Amino acid sequence: MFGEGILKGLAETARNFVGSFVSAERLTTVQYPEERIAPIEATRDFPFLVYDGADWEAGLRCVACQICEKECPPKCIYIEKSVDKKPDYTGRPQIYPKRFDIDISVCMSCQICVEVCPFEAIKMDTEFELSTTDRFGGLLYDRKELAKSNEHYHKIHPTEAAEVDARLAEEKAKAETKAKAAAEAAAAKAAAATAATAAPTESKAGGGSQA
Amino acid sequence: MIKNADQIFILLQHWVMSFFPAALQPIVGVLLAVVAIICVFPGLFAVAVLLERKGLGRMQNRYGPNRVGPLGILQPVADGLKSLTKEDIVPASADAVVHFLAPVFLVVIVFMGYAVLPMGRNMALVNMDSGLLFFFAMGASTELSVFMAGWSSRNKYSLLGAMRAVAQMISYEVPLLLSSLVVVMMTGSMNLTRIVAAQNQYTWGLPHWYIFTPWGVAAFLLYAIATTAESNRSPFDLPEGESELVAGYFTEYSGFKFALFFLGEYVGMLSVSGLGTTLFLGGWSAPFQFLWWVPSWIWFFSKVMLSICVFIWLRGTLPRLRQDQLMNFAWKFVLPLSLLNLFVAGLWRFLGEGLARWGVCSAILLVAYVVMARVGMHKEDFGPRSYRYAE
Repeated sequence: MFGEGILKGLAETARNFVGSFVSAERLTTVQYPEERIAPIEATRDFPFLVYDGADWEAGLRCVACQICEKECPPKCIYIEKSVDKKPDYTGRPQIYPKRFDIDISVCMSCQICVEVCPFEAIKMDTEFELSTTDRFGGLLYDRKELAKSNEHYHKIHPTEAAEVDARLAEEKAKAETKAKAAAEAAAAKAAAATAATAAPTESKAGGGSQA
Repeated sequence: MIKNADQIFILLQHWVMSFFPAALQPIVGVLLAVVAIICVFPGLFAVAVLLERKGLGRMQNRYGPNRVGPLGILQPVADGLKSLTKEDIVPASADAVVHFLAPVFLVVIVFMGYAVLPMGRNMALVNMDSGLLFFFAMGASTELSVFMAGWSSRNKYSLLGAMRAVAQMISYEVPLLLSSLVVVMMTGSMNLTRIVAAQNQYTWGLPHWYIFTPWGVAAFLLYAIATTAESNRSPFDLPEGESELVAGYFTEYSGFKFALFFLGEYVGMLSVSGLGTTLFLGGWSAPFQFLWWVPSWIWFFSKVMLSICVFIWLRGTLPRLRQDQLMNFAWKFVLPLSLLNLFVAGLWRFLGEGLARWGVCSAILLVAYVVMARVGMHKEDFGPRSYRYAE
């Protein structure tokens, strides 16, 4: 009422002023180019393409199904399918993208492409220092610029990447058991067929014995 | 040696003058002093801006500018270069001549005030008998420049800012003059050099500064409030309230004209700090008698910079006032108190030496302060506002 509020305020700012020189935890500023803090795990900015193994071209998980291209709200993905086929991670021959471009000046980082991808082939990156002097070509990323290893994915989003790997391994195992079962069934069927054609008397005899 | 250090600028001036013929010497002397003032105070402006940005940062637990040069001390240079190289935009519908003249006028007027300030022993450019009056005349003219800027820009924010500025500056001009009048009453002179000389006396090693008297403290506080409002500083920064009016009266200014407004504001702040120092803090006199050997100009400039630091501290602390609070505060609190202070100063003069006048004068001022604060808060003049329809 008599100005003591002003004095209290002045004392508070004085405390801040002196405190900022004395205690480091008061200054929360991270002086960016020199100091950095690790991005939180859920950080995302622009998509990248995951590849397995050492060779990015051979290991791309993308099969050029074009779902992401169709679902992309700002239409920043451009895909061209290949005519030939290459084996994918399960060993099945698949079509691969001959051209896969993302215009990151158009991308709005919505992550819809990641959510619709059935092959875990496209994921969100955390790289944010993307400035370039060429605003047209420099911001249109092609296949090679987009391809990043699965190890990189593990580094930036460890939890998510572990889940994805587990799911892929499970699928692969399922596919393998299915293939094995199919192979076995086929073998058994083939064996049965050969047996059936080779020994009809046996079955007759069996039937006879049963009767 | 000590005397030479004290008078170093005067000696330099005379040394340069000795190269010219006798007929030209007075003109050269004045020109030198003017050039010195025009160089020193923009330099201090740069220091003040840097202090303000770093100090405010620290008060808000930030670093403040620390990129340009070591610890960011070259930031003012970068700012100056930036404003020099920016495009100078004049709105198509603006009154181009007035729009151009406003910042020039402001800077010229603000520098005029320094003519009468004694910045050290024998260091007043003009030893004018009506120095205080001249200073206030120049100070009051800045309102014209502010209104020129606001009116000629043809922008609603500029005009609103200018309106607010004129209302505020004219309201606070009155207590500003009345609070400094007590000093004139006591000294019996409006000559700033004589006001400083009157304070440059010591009893038991302590100075006779006017701030060490009851009426002096009251007048100094009222003067500080009024000058804060005069120089449009927070918490009285309504004319340029950036959250309401973009930038107030200089919304439509860019490039170097904007920088001139900025310069005018800070140089004006430095000049009112200098006047406050002269009137109440003993000008260039030392705070203790045993420090007499420190050059007088060091005392003057350190007192001015100290006042600037207080301005910055206040800005870092106080929120902006509302327009009605501002006006009520000026007319219902500061003005009556400064009028009462005139009476108290007269009482002090006629009560004679002794402890009695200390008691009587302090009691009157304290009681008036308490009663007026209570009444003012009770009547919601400067207290929280109650809303009739809202809430």
